[in-house]
Amino acid sequence: MKTIACPDCDLLQHLPDVPPGSKARCARCGRVVARRTSDPIDRPLALTITALFALIVANTASLMGLSVAGRHARTTIIGGCYEMWLQGQELTAVIVAFCAVVAPAGYILFMLTVLLAVRRPPAPQWIGRMVRWAESMEPWSMTEVMLLGILVALIKIAELATVQAGIGMYAVGALVLLFPAIMVSFDAGEVWARIAWVDGTVPPSGEGSPSGGPTR
Amino acid sequence: MTGPPLTAAQAGLVACETCGLLARPASGGDPGVCPRCGAALHSRRHQSIQHTWALIIAAAICYVPANVLPVLSTSALGSTESDTIMGGVVFLYTSGSWPLALIVLIASIMVPLGKLVALSYLLITVQRGSITSNQERTRLYRMVEFIGRWSMLDVFVDTFTVALVQLQPLMSVEPGPGVVFFAAVVVLTMIAADTFDPRLIWDARVPAEL
Repeated sequence: MKTIACPDCDLLQHLPDVPPGSKARCARCGRVVARRTSDPIDRPLALTITALFALIVANTASLMGLSVAGRHARTTIIGGCYEMWLQGQELTAVIVAFCAVVAPAGYILFMLTVLLAVRRPPAPQWIGRMVRWAESMEPWSMTEVMLLGILVALIKIAELATVQAGIGMYAVGALVLLFPAIMVSFDAGEVWARIAWVDGTVPPSGEGSPSGGPTR
Repeated sequence: MTGPPLTAAQAGLVACETCGLLARPASGGDPGVCPRCGAALHSRRHQSIQHTWALIIAAAICYVPANVLPVLSTSALGSTESDTIMGGVVFLYTSGSWPLALIVLIASIMVPLGKLVALSYLLITVQRGSITSNQERTRLYRMVEFIGRWSMLDVFVDTFTVALVQLQPLMSVEPGPGVVFFAAVVVLTMIAADTFDPRLIWDARVPAEL
């Protein structure tokens, strides 16, 4: 049992021990306040490594090709951003590059670092910053939106020319499945429980009542 | 726990927004940092209502050129044709893919507008101290947070259409000035959803209960 406050409605409540594979919801607003997975470190690590390879392929291989009247054109993700930049849409190019490349890559790299570093107890303090960065990348990592966007673009263009999906497209598809799998199997609470605190103390095993905080 | 429900703020505690640790703030003025993860502690997001309003108003201003200005202009065999977002939806509908037209219509026109309306509604009810349908309003907030990213759809469609259809002099597609305003609407509303603090919805109950 430990006392927590719901992130969405701030209600103080006792959190019972949550068995692996289940989750607990806030008694007042229904927000999930704790979620434990059966294998919170190794499974997301395996998925993250897979995602890293898919990410590399998705960003280097061609996404799709087009041919019309004997002429061919193809593009990669970053090639699409570069074309927008060349056409005078610099800000749009930067936003697309961030949501399609930078944020997914950042999320994967931060998660990889966290999951590798947290295996050696006590986990160093800087991991906390990495978890924070990974979480801030999460909403901006829009691989699934991009995949749908590419499909709509393909269907629009298919009216005018012959289009083929490239290898990059399948890698993007794999990423779309891998991202939610990482998020579902990862348990940030497990990482926080292992991390050394700011003042250098090793995490108390029976984390319970409100901590003393900085003025302790 | 016995007695009336108590929030962390009422108990003089602060829950870290990053790691969830319940901490005792350093002093009244500045709560300091979380002893576990080092993130800055704050009982409620700083000036949540003002920041969210500012972002919503900015997004609403950008929403107009985003829908009025063309997002794509196609030049084929000497003729040039410009399309707005709505024009793209109509193109998809008339070319026979009405499911896609519906997806783009929802993601590009209804979701951004719905987000602006929903966040304004949440802000107004919080400012008026509403104590009804808190659960529904919290659920509305979560939906806004969850669905926001999907409005980026049209920006991706435009980017990859432009990137691929560069077959000068046969046919080429250029981005129009509407794209950047549209991307701005999505980014601004996503940040607005993040600056809004859902705990404010529940804070209005406090005086009634005490």
